[in-house]
Amino acid sequence: MSNWKTICRVDDIPRLGARKVTRQSGGDIAVFRTADDKVFALLDKCPHKGGPLSQGIVFGDSVACPLHNWTIGLVDGCAASPDVGCAQRFSVKVEDGAVALDMAELAQPLPAAA
Amino acid sequence: MKKMNLVMVGNGMAGVRTLEELLKIAPDLYDITVFGAEPHPNYNRILLSPVLAGEQTLADIVLNPVEWYAEQGITLHLGKKVVDVQRRRRIAVADDGTEAAYDRLLIATGSNPFVPPLPGKELDGVIAYRDIADTNTMIETAKTHKHAVVIGGGLLGLEAANGLMLRGMSVTVVHLMPWLMERQLDEVAGGMLQKSLESRGLKFRIGAQTEALLGDAGRRVKAVRFKDGSEEPADLVVMAAGIRPNTALAEKIGLYCNRGVVVNDTMQTITDGRIYAVGECAAHRGIAYGLVAPLFEQAKVCATHLGEFGIGRYLGSQTSTKLKVTGIDLFSAGDFSGGGDTEEIVLSDPYNSVYKKLVVKGDKLIGACLYGDTADGSWYFDMVRDGKDIASIRDSLMFGQQHLGDTGHAGNSRASTMADSAEVCGCNGVKKGTIVKAIRDQGLFTLDEVRKRTKASGSCGSCTGLVEQILMATAGAGYTAAPKLKPVCGCTDANHQQVRDAIKEQHLLTIASVYEQLAWRTPNGCASCRPAINYYLISTWPHEALDDPQSRFINERAHANIQKNGTFSVVPRMWAGETNSSELRRIADVVDKYRIPTVKVTGGQRIDLLGVKKEDLQAVWHDLGMPSGHAYGKTLRTVKTCVGSEWCRFGTQDSTTMGKELERALWRMYAPHKVKLAVSGCPRNCAESGIKDVGVIGVDSGWEIYVAGNGGIKTDVAQFFCKVKTHAEVLEYSAAFLQLYREEGWYLERTVHYVGRVGLDHVKAKVVEDGANRVRLAERLRFALDGLPDPWFEHDKAHVDVRQFEPIAV
Repeated sequence: MSNWKTICRVDDIPRLGARKVTRQSGGDIAVFRTADDKVFALLDKCPHKGGPLSQGIVFGDSVACPLHNWTIGLVDGCAASPDVGCAQRFSVKVEDGAVALDMAELAQPLPAAA
Repeated sequence: MKKMNLVMVGNGMAGVRTLEELLKIAPDLYDITVFGAEPHPNYNRILLSPVLAGEQTLADIVLNPVEWYAEQGITLHLGKKVVDVQRRRRIAVADDGTEAAYDRLLIATGSNPFVPPLPGKELDGVIAYRDIADTNTMIETAKTHKHAVVIGGGLLGLEAANGLMLRGMSVTVVHLMPWLMERQLDEVAGGMLQKSLESRGLKFRIGAQTEALLGDAGRRVKAVRFKDGSEEPADLVVMAAGIRPNTALAEKIGLYCNRGVVVNDTMQTITDGRIYAVGECAAHRGIAYGLVAPLFEQAKVCATHLGEFGIGRYLGSQTSTKLKVTGIDLFSAGDFSGGGDTEEIVLSDPYNSVYKKLVVKGDKLIGACLYGDTADGSWYFDMVRDGKDIASIRDSLMFGQQHLGDTGHAGNSRASTMADSAEVCGCNGVKKGTIVKAIRDQGLFTLDEVRKRTKASGSCGSCTGLVEQILMATAGAGYTAAPKLKPVCGCTDANHQQVRDAIKEQHLLTIASVYEQLAWRTPNGCASCRPAINYYLISTWPHEALDDPQSRFINERAHANIQKNGTFSVVPRMWAGETNSSELRRIADVVDKYRIPTVKVTGGQRIDLLGVKKEDLQAVWHDLGMPSGHAYGKTLRTVKTCVGSEWCRFGTQDSTTMGKELERALWRMYAPHKVKLAVSGCPRNCAESGIKDVGVIGVDSGWEIYVAGNGGIKTDVAQFFCKVKTHAEVLEYSAAFLQLYREEGWYLERTVHYVGRVGLDHVKAKVVEDGANRVRLAERLRFALDGLPDPWFEHDKAHVDVRQFEPIAV
């Protein structure tokens, strides 16, 4: 069952940028905003060496990890070829400029470390 | 929507590469049908020689197995030769009657061997050397017959002869011209090659004209007769007298051909807009290329047009040659014949079988011919292709890149002697065997591909030379040639200089306008190009173009250095490395208060606080109360100094004061890459001025200035720039040099690479010799830096988005 909670406004996220969202259970979430104001949420952890994706350069529908420049797709959380691996995705709802995450999904325990 | 039909005639390397590029750009645009006259999928024709020589097998050289075509949804007709194209009905017809309708037709029929019109050329045992069938014939013949004659002492002929000899035949090479490989080698190198091949057991008839091929009663060839009446026994005759573009089909269907199917810069045939041609069958600006690198460049351009991207033009290629005969190293590129207004630099050591000739015109290297030691081939080739100014390295040019200290080129052909388990790329831990396997298994051809697939040379780049050697040794000739004008990144075909020029000439002020003017392929670039464009904008139009923090790497966005665990490091500025008790006390308090785990003295005479949480950065800056050290940016980092005459008993100049003046004048300066300075108070040079972007050394009568040194990946000693008398002059010359670098340098190009590219003479002419220009340069830098904020304290003015320091809690 979904439990949507507004976390911020779209305008609180820099365009072509991200904000970091912390949660009680640990495992920060990166919430991204593209040039055309689409919003995506991924676990703030690159599948390569755990770099904080929220700190990367956002372009198109991708983000470049700040540590070793892997390109991670915002839509599916997966690394662009030839790199392999995916960051966990989270659902995002945007209504009237308000960004909401699903608390039920956030409360689920972290998957075992990859 | 119904897909369009693309039909490809010919199933070779250039054509299939075009399809691969096309599928990358527009995977769903076409239903693709491929006709191949040979019964094999696409294989690496260049590696037929190693197969003949028994060093590789046919299976090794398949590039795209049949399954690949199926996976891509390509209809593949093997062993079917297209014999007609009805252009009005847009239908291709094969020899067995198979028909395929097309919206676009791609002709990639390659080339045919040229068979001289000799009597007896139709005898059994007379073959060309072009495909798998020929190779198999040679391998089989060698099992049962003894004598082989190869007609033609060019690249292909010699490779065939060598292979046959290794398979046990007695081989004679007949060559009409005065020396071997006359199109790739000069007379001296050709002679050395002949000697070396003779010592391996090949026989030669140089300058001999073949008159006829003689057959036995069973219509099999038995000998070759020459004009002078002599004969050479032959059970096998291999015709390797050159290749001709295969234009039979193109001519039949009325496409204009002139030494190939004539195409324009988009690889479209000039006769029919629906028909394209690539590869050895195509004539571009009068040239039909026979080496793989140009063909792949053509493939890329053609694919973008077939993919309806409509960008990219093929402008022709410079080519280089290598012979794939194991143990013989030769290389040539450009105009190696010399003569006219050119000069030649020659090294000849017949005893060790080494010969090198470099042909120079003005300040440029225009050709090279190497025999015996070809480790620097690709280095010379790059210089020929890029038209690099070699005036400053002319003295040592002959001794190669190793002489200039590139670690990647150490050792003659080090790549081939390395064990598979030896590490090539220290940054990414890539072993030689991994690279070789990737090149073979995945059919890699370029340095970029190897980099992408294996990560080798993808980080610091110091092993690039070695990786190129491995690529050459594994994949064969001609693979190394990268496109002449390297684009900024995959988003564009424009190179750095074109971007800089456009920004200046068209007064572009935003990243979006650059992308629009230069027809970027991506809406907002990528992590490579955006930081570059942002720098070009703010350095070209200071106080006018707006800095875009979202186009900066995290370090320059957060004004601290990101570490492997996501925390940051903070380096406060200490002018010329000098500090005092109150600064040290504040640093100590900050370390305690914010529980900073590591405190480290840097090489640039400052203190690094490591492991600071991002949330604490603002408070740490505030409590330190010291200016930003900019240790995180492509900026002026530090001015390192020795103690100087104030205390040192040897000091001749007050280096610390000089260093402080320089640092105060230059701090907050963004540049194409980081910039490090040093000032030493006497020639003992305790501040290590010899490896800095600008190094200043005090002497009795004033200051010596050195530029373009580098202590990084590869150590480069700074070059003497000029000698001046006063502090004011040191400031003016340094500022002017750095401003020239800021205006002309390419993003991520250190001063050593910038000066290497434009030449020290150019820099001296603009800064040292032209006083008025020097003043203008220094003034432009002063203007650019005037009023710039300290990002640690003036967040708004420095466009620091402070929201980044506050995570959202749920």
